[in-house]
Amino acid sequence: MIRKLEGRTWKFGDNINTDLMIPSFALAEPEEKQPKYCFSANRPGWVDLVKPGDILVAGNNFGTGSSRPGAKVLKSLGIICLLAESINGLFLRNCVNYGLPALPCPGVFSSFNEGDIASVQLEEGKVVNLNSGRVLATTALPNMLLEILAAGGIVPLLEGKGLLDKAR
Amino acid sequence: MSSGMTMSEKILARHSQRKEVRTGDLVECDISAAVVLEIDFSLFPWPRKVWDPDRVWLVADHAIPAPTITVANDLVRLRQFARKAGIKNLIDVGRHGISHVTLSERGAILPGEILANDDSHTAAVGALNCAGRGMGALDMLYILCIGRTWFPVGPTVRFIVDGKMPPGVYARDIIHYVAGKYGAFPNHNVEWFGSAIQEMDMSGRFTIATMCAEISADFALFECDETTLNYLKKRPQHPFEPVAPDADAKYKATYHIDVSNLEPQIALPDSVPNNIKTISEVKGIKIDQAYIGSCANSRLEDIKVAAEIVRGHEIAPWVRFIITPGSQATYLEAVEAGYVATLVRGGAVVTNSTCGACFGGSMGLIGEGETCISAGTRNFKGRMGSLNSRIFLGSPAVVAASAIKGEIADPRDI
Repeated sequence: MIRKLEGRTWKFGDNINTDLMIPSFALAEPEEKQPKYCFSANRPGWVDLVKPGDILVAGNNFGTGSSRPGAKVLKSLGIICLLAESINGLFLRNCVNYGLPALPCPGVFSSFNEGDIASVQLEEGKVVNLNSGRVLATTALPNMLLEILAAGGIVPLLEGKGLLDKAR
Repeated sequence: MSSGMTMSEKILARHSQRKEVRTGDLVECDISAAVVLEIDFSLFPWPRKVWDPDRVWLVADHAIPAPTITVANDLVRLRQFARKAGIKNLIDVGRHGISHVTLSERGAILPGEILANDDSHTAAVGALNCAGRGMGALDMLYILCIGRTWFPVGPTVRFIVDGKMPPGVYARDIIHYVAGKYGAFPNHNVEWFGSAIQEMDMSGRFTIATMCAEISADFALFECDETTLNYLKKRPQHPFEPVAPDADAKYKATYHIDVSNLEPQIALPDSVPNNIKTISEVKGIKIDQAYIGSCANSRLEDIKVAAEIVRGHEIAPWVRFIITPGSQATYLEAVEAGYVATLVRGGAVVTNSTCGACFGGSMGLIGEGETCISAGTRNFKGRMGSLNSRIFLGSPAVVAASAIKGEIADPRDI
């Protein structure tokens, strides 16, 4: 069971790609330094404004691009949920696998002004704009994906089953 | 009454042991082969036991031979893991290639199968009637442990491509045209039919399937025909069973394309969908670098086109022209065919096989204010180096012609 997610929203447009989250030059840096470059090409300074508990609201085709773990970077910046008109299939996998709740939700982009508070009930596929009162109903993620998210992602899930090497 | 299934649906049904699957289902599938890359070994803890070591391929491809200590250490871990897990299929420096490119060449994946490979361009293997799609490192960890994974069944659209390809126009131009006209297809499968596809060689089909990642598609499938079987005949193989769409398969949309009057199509910087112009609209833009490589366009046919254009010409003095074959096997073929000599004589650089410059990896980066014309997969801002550089995408013919002229050029003018 995933608790109700509530947070301040940041808005991003269409086709936000993985290289904007982890630029190529940042791949060469140690993992803990990578988040500070997130969106430096399209929204410089944003990483200093985002706070733990915030939510992303985006347009179509969010996360298009590479396998690099952009979802992990967003999570490490404190983002607790991604809502978008549509989410690239690979990016959705990475969100689920790294334990970042993500929900494709048609109509979400025009339903929020940046800074509005979103309330998300993942299991019901329900999104509410607490400022306007607007309620959006979308298709909930399949149960199997909700279970991975509830476990906190793939690593805790596999750890819980005793399938990972404890030596590392 | 239930209708028939598309190729994508049939493969997902077969591997999830179901009679049928429908749009909106989530299925758990067994995996025919799994690829883990050297870059993954800094990304996840190791599995206690690998589900089936003989189905796992460990591949060094992204930035090799190692340009940094970090990458060298990733490779150390890759080799250690191969020993610990008893994995024989280790593709290491010297016999290497871009993961799904070299697996296709080796006959390691075949029609009707599912390849799990955490490279975002794995849809490429759809050219072989094999289902592959972008996956992540943690997907691979789960598969290493369990041997299965989940797939949402998305709607399938089909492109029916007819007409005779004009000279100077290639498969790359078809997929660019589609991206420009129809935009992105997130969470959709795409399937390719028509007389122009039937007449297309495997190299062209691999290009289109690879670039389907840039229109954000999941699986990108082609039928298994004589061309596919001839390609496979030359390679070691195990028994396989192709899929074909049912006559009453349900496609969400069908798009008809006639290539007879197609011009070379160029992607402008920063994204591919809805960002395409014809060569006549962009030619003349001065370039600093020209690049042919990546899983999209690094096969022998691509290098041959470049060599034929460059033969008897010189690369413009202000241009770095870099050609990176998709595998060492292709590299050797290009050497033996004389293409490498032609290119080097003209002033080009032919590098060892790696993902390399396409993702701003081990070499061939571009600096502040520079412009690259590339047959690589992507043109995202900063992809190949500086955030203040520009990447235009075109066919290898466009890239080679541009390298000679020093500006974006139409190969039909050379």
